[in-house]
Amino acid sequence: MPDLTNLLENLDMRPFTTRAAACIGILFGATGTAHADWAVNMSRGVTPISRDVYDLHMLIFWICVMIGVVVFGLIFWSILRHRKSRGAVAAQFHESTTAEIAWTVVPFLILVGMSVPAAKTLVEMEDSAGSDLTITVTGYQWMWHYEYVGEDVDFYSKLSTPRTAIANIDAKDEDYLLAVDNRLVVPVGKKIRFQHTSDDVIHSWWVPALSVKKDAIPGYINTNWARIDEPGVYRGKCAELCGRGHGFMPVVVEALPQDEFQQWLEEKKAEQQAAAGDGADRLASVNGQ
Amino acid sequence: MSAVIHDTDHHHDDHGPAYGWKRWLFTTNHKDIGTLYLFFSLTMFFVGGLMALVIRTELFQPGLQIVDPHFFNQMTSMHALVMIFGAVMPAFVGLANWLVPMMVGAPDMALPRMNNWSFWILPFAFTLLLLTLFLPGGGPAAGWTLYPPLSLQTGAAFPFAIFAIHLLGISSVMGAINIIATIFNLRAPGMTLMKMPLFVWTWLITAYLLIAVMPVLAGAVTMLLTDKFFGTTFFSATGGGDPVMYQHIFWFFGHPEVYIMILPAFGIISQIIPTFSRKPLFGYSSMVYATASIAFLSFIVWAHHMFTVGMPLAGQLFFMFSTMLIAVPTGVKVFNWIATMWRGSLTFETPMLFAIAFVILFTIGGFSGVMLAITPADIQYHDTYFVVAHFHYVLVPGAVFAIIAGVYYWLPKWTGHMYDEKLGKAHFWLSTIFVNVLFFPQHFVGLAGMPRRIPDYSLQFIEFNQISTIGAFGFGFSQLLFLYLVIKCVRGGEKATSQVWEGAEGLEWTLPSPAPYHSFETQPEVK
Amino acid sequence: MTEAASGPGHYYVPHETHWPIIGSIGLFTLVGGFAMYLSDMPFGMVVSIIGLLLTLYMMYGWFGTVIAESEKGMYHDWEDRSFRMGMGWFIFSEVMFFAAFFGALFYARVYSIPWLGGEGSGAATHSVLHNAFTAAWPTNGPAAVGGAFETVGAWGIPALNTAILLTSGVTITLAHWALKKQNRASLVLWMTATWVLGVIFVGFQAFEYGHAWNDLNLTLNSGVYGSTFYMLTGFHGFHVTLGAIMLIVITLRCMKGHFSSHNHFGFEAVAWYWHFVDVVWLGLFMFVYWF
Ligand code: HEA
Ligand code: HEA
Ligand code: CUA
Ligand SMILES: [Cu+2]
Repeated sequence: MPDLTNLLENLDMRPFTTRAAACIGILFGATGTAHADWAVNMSRGVTPISRDVYDLHMLIFWICVMIGVVVFGLIFWSILRHRKSRGAVAAQFHESTTAEIAWTVVPFLILVGMSVPAAKTLVEMEDSAGSDLTITVTGYQWMWHYEYVGEDVDFYSKLSTPRTAIANIDAKDEDYLLAVDNRLVVPVGKKIRFQHTSDDVIHSWWVPALSVKKDAIPGYINTNWARIDEPGVYRGKCAELCGRGHGFMPVVVEALPQDEFQQWLEEKKAEQQAAAGDGADRLASVNGQ
Repeated sequence: MSAVIHDTDHHHDDHGPAYGWKRWLFTTNHKDIGTLYLFFSLTMFFVGGLMALVIRTELFQPGLQIVDPHFFNQMTSMHALVMIFGAVMPAFVGLANWLVPMMVGAPDMALPRMNNWSFWILPFAFTLLLLTLFLPGGGPAAGWTLYPPLSLQTGAAFPFAIFAIHLLGISSVMGAINIIATIFNLRAPGMTLMKMPLFVWTWLITAYLLIAVMPVLAGAVTMLLTDKFFGTTFFSATGGGDPVMYQHIFWFFGHPEVYIMILPAFGIISQIIPTFSRKPLFGYSSMVYATASIAFLSFIVWAHHMFTVGMPLAGQLFFMFSTMLIAVPTGVKVFNWIATMWRGSLTFETPMLFAIAFVILFTIGGFSGVMLAITPADIQYHDTYFVVAHFHYVLVPGAVFAIIAGVYYWLPKWTGHMYDEKLGKAHFWLSTIFVNVLFFPQHFVGLAGMPRRIPDYSLQFIEFNQISTIGAFGFGFSQLLFLYLVIKCVRGGEKATSQVWEGAEGLEWTLPSPAPYHSFETQPEVK
Repeated sequence: MTEAASGPGHYYVPHETHWPIIGSIGLFTLVGGFAMYLSDMPFGMVVSIIGLLLTLYMMYGWFGTVIAESEKGMYHDWEDRSFRMGMGWFIFSEVMFFAAFFGALFYARVYSIPWLGGEGSGAATHSVLHNAFTAAWPTNGPAAVGGAFETVGAWGIPALNTAILLTSGVTITLAHWALKKQNRASLVLWMTATWVLGVIFVGFQAFEYGHAWNDLNLTLNSGVYGSTFYMLTGFHGFHVTLGAIMLIVITLRCMKGHFSSHNHFGFEAVAWYWHFVDVVWLGLFMFVYWF
């Protein structure tokens, strides 16, 4: 087993005064860090599923906006027109079965309309049959372990952002908290099946661009899948509170064209076999406790 | 409500409150106990808010600034527990204590001694809970949901927190029983069920929810306790159990719990809007049925909090559809409120302002709720700030605004004085603006991929987090104004009339302001 | 409302009470001490026991006050109805407490164990993590937690206990009839029979626990079977014990001549409670022991 010691230990050893000073500095707006663009919406992602999810998200969003316009419009109309100061006299009507039926049935129909594409996408998402490659992803406090099933390749992947950046001593780069030592390398265009589990507490492996988020539950395996269309580096995070280091266990997926992936896999295999020669228990089994 | 023949002569053995601390410790009077609940709740709101400010300050800036990640997690967990069990729920029970007997024409709560006990358990339970922050290993840090196995890694705090939850459960169940007994047994002659004010109806249904789910929470945390200390394996695969089983049991409690925090709010809003529209509530009976439907549905939607745990497809579909259905009765409520305002004669005193803000902002929270219910999309939303934005919209400008609206609305009846309307309006505008500055940007960072429960984040989230933090301080400090207003109103001010508000109807407004220590010892006749 | 109008027109509202605050301090000390004990802090048990005594003192005093008021004739039908509702909903809340544990039992049997054994969505779980495990009930899980164990058969002591509890349900009804007829001797006789049956039940249960724990190696640590078995039967046994104590108190009150044929809420409350304990047992007998 590699070094599993608490990667955050002694992270925050600065005296309180320094921290307080840092705080005050911040309040005066000296952020001084490089950062990516503002993001206000979900990304479309790079898999067929992630695009379906994005479309679904936008669809329900706009439906809600439209209902909102009607509802809030009525409220504001009433606020503006039916105020006592404008001399409005209260009508005394207080029930209407027709109205009640209408505002029960119409929202119901809208919901039925929403549920059709939702159910379709869900059914697709759940179908992980017929995969080309299976990867077992195991959560640890606080890192990930990847095993390419049947390929004799496995390794750990943990945060590589330096502690000094976290402690505000060094500058933060644009991959702050989103960089790892060993990326999960996968091929594009293939159906990759993930098997999620955990060695200790519940984690959740999440890569927004793949629309994959699945809890890693100790003692159980959850499966799902992704087929990535474009080569690239996709970053995500652990999405289930898993203790002190929960904010510090990113996921980085690197999607390579098929031939480059194959090459990477061979190299990795050779490298691990060589290491296995001198290392003893390098091939930690996933469920070995 | 209908006209009332009011009988003011008081019973012979009528006596006023005792003096000093004994009054508060030993009281059986529903008004005293209501006051105790309300002040306790306000205190807890500030305590929980202070914790929120710790969270927001840490999140002002990427990198670790003021707290250790473990302490951050304690703050998140405690903030939620304090706000839910210490601020919002006791506030509603306090309002029920004050108002249910007055609204149904009862002399007091049905079980006055137990009423005292329901309250006095709370300060002890919170002492136990807050104490854990000072124990070795700190307080509970696994989120308010206490999911195992993480929660089993809690230090010495663990049993203290569990037992605190047990005590809170006992208190809530006793409070709920008292409300049910009062409503069924102590209504004035002529006050039929379908004449009860909506606040009473919503509380009746809430009380059923409480009795049905608080014991389930007690059972869930008891199993956590035995898993940790007595060798059981309910939540561990090694022995055939399942960590997800805890989540099912917890959310069977947890989802009805969120409606426990909103149904009485619906009740308050349904009292206030007709008053300031000078028009009877539109669709009274459909309001009652909608409330009951929401309560019923709340028992069959729990797993929408668990779409990523790997449920079978059929389960996911079921919980998606059932959750979406809740939008229908909730929509009925919203539309009925609008129809009540429609062609009314509206004035905008502080309670009405908060009530209108409630309707709008709660609806926004409801919309994000419906989005979360869409399972495939929830895969992306789950455990991000989008969820945090959703539930704060329904809880803060939802539940908390309703409570504030209710306090402004009935404060003159309680104290006999009008509050300062100008300051009240200022409080409203500050709160409403800042609450949006605080929570609206959280939708954006959530969609852009910021997970919840993290003390540090990557750089694309900086701006919105800073805005949110500014909103938090603004909103928090605006509440000091509220505190000032309440104290000022208790101490003096313009005398309030019995009816207080021009359009107010119902039994409580037939009593003088301040309402006498004992009211309706001889029950009024409701026609 | 007609019921309200039929009351004597004045609802009794006690003015002051110090029992609740004593109860709060008692509960606080009780659970606080126990938590200290569990967290290995000194004096935990002592503190907890002090809390328990305080709580018992509160119950003694509070119930004593209420009984005295009742005997003074301060309660009428109107107040009585509040007590009934209170007791009824309290029992319902207890039902929901048990529901949590029954829920755990069903979840383990219907979902988690079959999944661990490879059924349905558990295929990968089984093949990757637990391929040596076969789903079964009873089980102590893939890791065979707590070692091999045997279970308590349904048709020995548990069946006998079922008969005992059912009989006690009959005897308490007989007691109720006697009370209605104001036949004190027969009332006390049937009441005594009821609590004696209760005590016998608890005795058998304790004996069975000893046997299971020591001879069958069935402990709290015997996987999810042991967990649900002891949690359900344990909480049930605890409730029977409480119920028996309440029955004894009621018997003493009957002997003192409390309760009239019309006015006997205390009696009925305990009778309801006893029936509730009985019904829970039937659930236990079926789902824990039998099937
Ligand atoms: C007062 C509390 C409250 C209320 C009222 C609600 C109301 C709703 N909530 Fe929310 N919720 C919470 C408190 C609340 N919630 C909390 C605390 C959490 C997080 C817990 C945690 O993890 O810590 C949460 C989380 C949560 C999730 C889980 C998200 C996740 O973790 O991934 C989901 C998913 O379905 C959800 C859905 C809903 C829905 C559908 C409603 C509906 O009831 C909303 C219905 C209302 C409307 C829709 C608006 C009005 C209607 C109309 C105007 C009619 C027309 C509209 C349509 C046809 C769309 N909520
Ligand atoms: C009713 C419930 C409720 C209420 C009212 C609030 C109110 C607030 N909440 Fe919270 N919150 C939850 C319920 C609630 N919350 C829940 C359930 C969670 C999930 C927890 C979990 O993940 O487990 C959560 C989580 C949560 C988070 C996410 C934490 C994380 O994921 O790590 C954040 C972050 O911004 C936050 C912020 C706030 C803020 C700024 C307020 C503000 O509205 C607070 C405003 C009040 C004040 C700021 C107090 C004012 C006092 C002063 C200014 C001065 C003090 C003076 C003296 C003491 C004399 N809350
Ligand atoms: Cu791992 Cu959060
Ligand atoms: Cu929910």
